[in-house]
Amino acid sequence: MSLETLDSGQEHIASAISDEVVIELSKVNKWYGEFHVLKDIDLTVYKGERIVICGPSGSGKSTLIRCINRLEEHQQGDILVNGVTMDTNLKNIDAIRRDVGMVFQSFNLFPHLTVLENCTLAPIWVRNTPKAEADRLAMQLLERVKIPEQAAKYPGQLSGGQQQRVAIARSLAMNPNIMLFDEPTSALDPEMISEVLDVMVGLAESGMTMLVVTHEMGFAKRVADRVIFMDQGEIVEQNTPGEFFNNPKSDRTKLFLSQILAH
Amino acid sequence: MAVLEKGSPRRQSRSIIEWLNDERVRSVLYQAIVAIAVIAVARYLFVNTSENLQARGMSSGFDFLSGTAGFSIAWTVLPYEAGDSYFRVYLVGIVNTLIVSLVAIVFATLLGFIMGIMRLSKNWLISKIAAWYVEILRNTPLLLQILFWFLAVFSLLPPPRGSFGLLDMFFLNNRGFYMPAPVPGAGFDYTMIAILLAIAATYAVAVWAKKRQMATGQQFHTFWVGLGILFGLPILVFLATGSPLSFDFAALKGFNFQGGVSVPPAFCALLLALMIYHSAFMAEAVRAGILSVSHGQTEAAYSLGLRPGMTLRLVIIPQAMRAVVPPMISNWMNVVKNSSLAIAIGYPDLVAVYMQTSLNQSGHAIEIVAMVMLFYMSVSLTISMALNYYNKLVQLKER
Ligand SMILES: Nc1ncnc2c1ncn2[C@@H]1O[C@H](COP(=O)(O)OP(=O)(O)OP(=O)(O)O)[C@@H](O)[C@H]1O
Ligand SMILES: [Mg+2]
Repeated sequence: MSLETLDSGQEHIASAISDEVVIELSKVNKWYGEFHVLKDIDLTVYKGERIVICGPSGSGKSTLIRCINRLEEHQQGDILVNGVTMDTNLKNIDAIRRDVGMVFQSFNLFPHLTVLENCTLAPIWVRNTPKAEADRLAMQLLERVKIPEQAAKYPGQLSGGQQQRVAIARSLAMNPNIMLFDEPTSALDPEMISEVLDVMVGLAESGMTMLVVTHEMGFAKRVADRVIFMDQGEIVEQNTPGEFFNNPKSDRTKLFLSQILAH
Repeated sequence: MAVLEKGSPRRQSRSIIEWLNDERVRSVLYQAIVAIAVIAVARYLFVNTSENLQARGMSSGFDFLSGTAGFSIAWTVLPYEAGDSYFRVYLVGIVNTLIVSLVAIVFATLLGFIMGIMRLSKNWLISKIAAWYVEILRNTPLLLQILFWFLAVFSLLPPPRGSFGLLDMFFLNNRGFYMPAPVPGAGFDYTMIAILLAIAATYAVAVWAKKRQMATGQQFHTFWVGLGILFGLPILVFLATGSPLSFDFAALKGFNFQGGVSVPPAFCALLLALMIYHSAFMAEAVRAGILSVSHGQTEAAYSLGLRPGMTLRLVIIPQAMRAVVPPMISNWMNVVKNSSLAIAIGYPDLVAVYMQTSLNQSGHAIEIVAMVMLFYMSVSLTISMALNYYNKLVQLKER
């Protein structure tokens, strides 16, 4: 919740946006029973774009990104991911999930498998990758998230920051072209937040399309091409980080920013 | 240490206290005290009892085991006649106990899985039915359930002439339950060999499929192919050798059924009661085990592109089993122990045949009780050793 977690003096990393659309939401609505959780959401995400989503608790941020890989089902409107329509067709859902990675607040590593096995499970069983190749790829990714020496351990033996980095490596092992992050650092002790954010910055630099729900405003300033503010199931405002932080348009955004930066 | 070795008296007494305060010394000391106490009590009981026995002129020792028991047993799996020895009675009792327990364990486990999964169903009616099943059955005493099945169900069945029949093969009446007995003919050995071969072949295919997947990534339908081999091969061999198996059917002759295999009403009542009562506990173990795996695991697997079936097989079940297996196995032990309630309805289990009639006739109370305890303890210890081994195998590594 601070600007200091990542040195705010650092420059915004070069953006890699192309004009190819990878995610398109139009007029998406969702209800939990009577409760209208997503209201007429329109969102277009371009390849290589890095989007940070923020907003008060309960505003529907998690629900929004979870609709993109069908962990939640929307009831109205259209969702198009990598050109595939999200509908009840299981083939479409499989295709979308294969190419969209997700990192959760609570890590959700598989506790009965080693770190390496966590990273090779999906490649072996979903992509039919031979084990030796899956192992090699997983080791490369573990090096990328800077914990190759933990490969043979079990998730329960790692610190929170290490677990979250394994979770990122596990998602990357499926070679996704879009990564979703749902408050990836919220469950971490302060000293572990930066090690996870560093990995995410590295991912951004490699040109990955990223949707990140986070309150790490330092990360938003440094990495985001666009910051989206949600409140009560609506996208209230979206802008470049510079404009968003220095020149918020709506009162709700101003209120939210004043609260979050007061910490 | 160097200072202490110089050893003034004061220093030495302090070092004894320090020694007593050592964690390791303490733990050895406590264990020694407990061991001495246990031995003393055991010795007292032993001396006391043997004096009592001598005073009453009762002999001790295991010589009586070869003596003739001289009474008959209503129903046995092992062949038994009234002229057989007490040791034979012991074995007959053990087998009678084991047979009812094993059959009850198999069916209770199946039923437990079905009920536990039903209770988690999203369908309101199904989950409520399972919930009532579990709550009613585990909250009434087992003895009551045994008596219910015996007195209110199996004893009230019609006599043999009015039997309930199924396909003219199975019959149920107040004398018991009758089934056809398989009679293997010449050449049936080949089918038995084929069954063994099929098991080995299925295993080999599974190993090969795993190896190939790890090497090339290609998956193989091990389950269906295995199923095919397991059933196909023995059936082919069976047919090729001229179907060498016939059945001896039970049939009404006069006032009773003859032929086939039969079990008495007490067996049926005990089996049903044990099976149903324990299935309720097992259902709870299954439900708790599945619930112990958080929904986040499913979501993580889905987000990686795993299909629901694979998620269940690779992520949920391996974790749920860790929570299900230990209570499941302790329930199995309880089935064996609770089968001794058979005595209430006259099913000749180990306790009934060996601790009642044999004990009264021979007077060897200590030996007989010890032998019966030995049996139950060996069963329990064997099962818990297997359980410990399993737990060690699957234990989650934590910091
Ligand atoms: N399964 C569900 N059933 C009913 N209501 C739900 C469910 N999941 C979420 N909600 C409600 O929907 C609203 C939006 O939830 P969501 O998790 O998307 O919010 P969020 O913006 O991610 O909040 P937070 O910052 O606390 O994570 C909340 O009011 C929540 O109570
Ligand atoms: Mg959320």
